[in-house]
Amino acid sequence: MASLIGRLLGKSSTSAGQAKERLHLVLVHDRTDLSPENLKSLKDRLIQVISEYVEINDAETEIQIQGQGREQTLIANIPLKSPRRQR
Amino acid sequence: MSGQVLTITSGKGGVGKTTTTANLATALASLGQKVVCLDSDIGLRNLDVVMGLENRIVYDLVDAIEGHCRLTQAMIRDRRFSNLHLIPAAQTRDKTAIAPSDMVRLCDELRSEVDWIIIDSPAGIERGFRNALAPSDQVLVVTNPEISAVRDADRIIGIVEAEEKESVKLIINRINPGMVKRGDMLSAEDVVELLAIPLIGIIPEDEAVLVSTNNGSPVVLNQKSQAGLAFLNIGKRLLGEDVPWLSLNQKSGLFLRLGKMLTGDI
Repeated sequence: MASLIGRLLGKSSTSAGQAKERLHLVLVHDRTDLSPENLKSLKDRLIQVISEYVEINDAETEIQIQGQGREQTLIANIPLKSPRRQR
Repeated sequence: MSGQVLTITSGKGGVGKTTTTANLATALASLGQKVVCLDSDIGLRNLDVVMGLENRIVYDLVDAIEGHCRLTQAMIRDRRFSNLHLIPAAQTRDKTAIAPSDMVRLCDELRSEVDWIIIDSPAGIERGFRNALAPSDQVLVVTNPEISAVRDADRIIGIVEAEEKESVKLIINRINPGMVKRGDMLSAEDVVELLAIPLIGIIPEDEAVLVSTNNGSPVVLNQKSQAGLAFLNIGKRLLGEDVPWLSLNQKSGLFLRLGKMLTGDI
């Protein structure tokens, strides 16, 4: 039951669920040799460089590593500011 | 005859590599295969006691590699199966006594004599592990449903894949179905999903394993033991047999679903 509620809330309340979530994150960083700290600095620099060309919404910018099997992909979601709203 | 080299490894220590090696070697021998198992944990010899052969050792792996004896002199015959032999590790040397190229040469010599050469790798990712990996055709990674063991298994799988070894499969050892059901242990499905390699066996936690180790008689010889049956099933799968997964007292379809994952139905 506890795990059902956890699943409905989108997070795990069982200790096995915790273990799985923690392992998932650790493995992503182990496999890519990219620490959460470095990922944050990558994100900051990416925002900086892109901002030189186009105005972006940095509060909503997301960057993460997604795993598909044993392959890892860097996914960036960078919403642009609408020119109309700027005025 | 061209024997296959099977390396049993894990990264983390204490997950059951030696127990797995002894049991798979015995399982394959009981299925009529000619098997030699090789303890490559130099300085920390253990496969001999798990197989109950510690009193028969005269020569070891390093003696054979350095030419102090003929290869056949270092092969100790099993007490139960005449088609099963053990080459023990040296106890008074360390892992630098041999190089990966020595292991390749030794295994090439053995390939013409037996069907299976099973290497018990030491823990870690250093020289000893490299020695065990160098000659292998198939790698079996043993892990436990536990954070540190799974993490280390992932490191090992990464290294093995970088070496472009063709076949890497997973054995999940010491699953406790009751704890999995309560949500207090990673399930076999969770581990397979995280590590993303094919599964070849799930061994339930079973007191009979320790009892059989005490007696120096691999648990696979005890057909009343769930763990023994699970090891025998891995042996059969290695020979290409399609063996259904044990239900392990679970009413849910967990292990059936795992079977489907293995065959690619999910």
